[in-house]
Amino acid sequence: MTAGIGTPGGHWLVLALMVPVAGLLLAFVAGGRHAERIALAALPVGAIATVAVALQLIETRAALVYSLGNWAPPLGIVLRADGLSAVMMVTTLVVLIAVALFARADFATPAGVREARAPFAFWTLLLAVWAALLVVFLASDLFTLYVALELVAFAAVPLVSLDGRAETLQAALRYLLYALAGSVLYLLGAALIYGGYGTLDLTLLAARIRPEPVAIVAAALMTVGLLAKTALFPLHLWLPPAHAGAPAAASALLSGLVIKGSFFLAVRLWFDAMPAVMTPAAAQLLAALGAAAIFVGSTVALQQARLKLMIAYSTVAQIGYLFLMFPLIIGMPQALAAGALTGGMLQAISHATAKAAMFMAAGLIYAALGHDRVADLRGVARALPMTVAAFALGGISLIGLPPSGGFLAKWMLLSASLASAQWWWAVVLAVGGLLTAGYVFLVLARSLTSTEAPIELRAPVARSREAVVLALAMVSALIGLAAFAPLDPIQIGRPESFNASFNEPGRMQ
Amino acid sequence: MNSATWYGLVGALLVGIGLYGLIVQPHALRKILAFNVLGSGVFVLAGVVARRGAAVGLPGDPVLQGLVITGLIVAFSATALAVALVLRLAASAGTVSLEAGRAAPEAPDATGAEQDARASGGT
Repeated sequence: MTAGIGTPGGHWLVLALMVPVAGLLLAFVAGGRHAERIALAALPVGAIATVAVALQLIETRAALVYSLGNWAPPLGIVLRADGLSAVMMVTTLVVLIAVALFARADFATPAGVREARAPFAFWTLLLAVWAALLVVFLASDLFTLYVALELVAFAAVPLVSLDGRAETLQAALRYLLYALAGSVLYLLGAALIYGGYGTLDLTLLAARIRPEPVAIVAAALMTVGLLAKTALFPLHLWLPPAHAGAPAAASALLSGLVIKGSFFLAVRLWFDAMPAVMTPAAAQLLAALGAAAIFVGSTVALQQARLKLMIAYSTVAQIGYLFLMFPLIIGMPQALAAGALTGGMLQAISHATAKAAMFMAAGLIYAALGHDRVADLRGVARALPMTVAAFALGGISLIGLPPSGGFLAKWMLLSASLASAQWWWAVVLAVGGLLTAGYVFLVLARSLTSTEAPIELRAPVARSREAVVLALAMVSALIGLAAFAPLDPIQIGRPESFNASFNEPGRMQ
Repeated sequence: MNSATWYGLVGALLVGIGLYGLIVQPHALRKILAFNVLGSGVFVLAGVVARRGAAVGLPGDPVLQGLVITGLIVAFSATALAVALVLRLAASAGTVSLEAGRAAPEAPDATGAEQDARASGGT
């Protein structure tokens, strides 16, 4: 064996990445109705690889590294999974499995047809979103991450316009233009970083970067680019029409997973690659935008007449929560920052599961009633009890009631903001929770109102689909129990340990 | 002022023009063109960085050249995807403006059908 910088078990990273990519290529070759079977077969195989990565991380308590072709950075590129990557991989997998089971009814190829456009597009794009997100979670250099960002956007944009209506085409085009502007700004930042420091590898960059003009300009460009892709206020305008107009299964992917890709990259840049450049003032600005997103998004969500648009504006608000952790980490003592990071990532995970479940629940309600007007939801709880229960559980997680993941996330952010004497973020968290409760209860109150006779459903809803949505919502509502876990997986392989492993003499070839 | 500085300034100017166009132009095709101007500016800047950072005897740093080539491919695919969306939008709504509320679904008229035919003929 040659002395690479890879760790034992690093090959699982390659396998995890290969499964969706191979599935995607196979689906293109096989075409037609095989795309669905390939996607459904790839998910369990991918689950094995993902679980293997997670177990390996828990066992070794250190990041998994695989150097491609056994070349060490800066010449080669590496795949690297730390606790952050692993929890996002697992979350992605859980949401994808639920969405795939849910989507089988909506995107089945009709009998007697070799290939139907929307089903073929959906199942290949599902694999594409999966592959692209895995690259985002596992890549460890700025340029691979740029390519990954583009892959995520190219997989996500067609999902918006699966049904080909004019409004959704317009929403997809607007989304694409935002995404392109974001990634080109990111690329400009990456080129400047390379010009200044001669490396694109995140680990080497963290050791070399200094707070000087080139690094600050590059960090600003990359951050703004990523915010446009994540749809943080005021760059959120593309999100509601795109996420609300897509079919329910696609909305669940877009709102639950896709926006987490660019958010994850922002986390990597701020905390792993360039912590030396990021100032507390910049972090306060980011969180202030997050607070504005929470207020604007929640207030507009309260005024929405249509359920899917309400959920989409709720996503705008919940993205704001993700950015509240930044001032609680930058420039803070290690113990406090670790708690805030875990809280922020828990918010991402619980939002991914809760929002995917809520979009799918809204899709079932739409399919059953033929509309999703919030004002006319009377009697739905009686007709679709499991669906409304799933919506409620997702809502509980968004509001932050125990034992949901949202509760634990907001609790950790709240304690971090009080411990660091930034009480204003605690106020934002509290008021945001109230506003969230407002729109969730608005829907629940309407749908729980009884009618004299049971309402007539336009189309029957399969129990199995309701059960899938409920199961995903249950996951979100129970993530808070992770507080009792013996270790915090998110903290495995954080930069301190991996800097040490890279800088050891003799590990480079 | 050496040539690298000139190229750098030109790149910065292109980035500025492209970003301005991307934000203010309401027409989708103009936005796509503005994105391409913006992208060209970034590639020129990357070229400047490659020239300045090149080792003795090399015309440019190969890492950045690789970066620009990949960026070109991505920009090309992105433009193709955007144009395809524009054509579909024009065919189904008869307008390609991105201003809110302009894409009200209308009955497919002659121009829409014509554009559809052109689109399918061109691919």
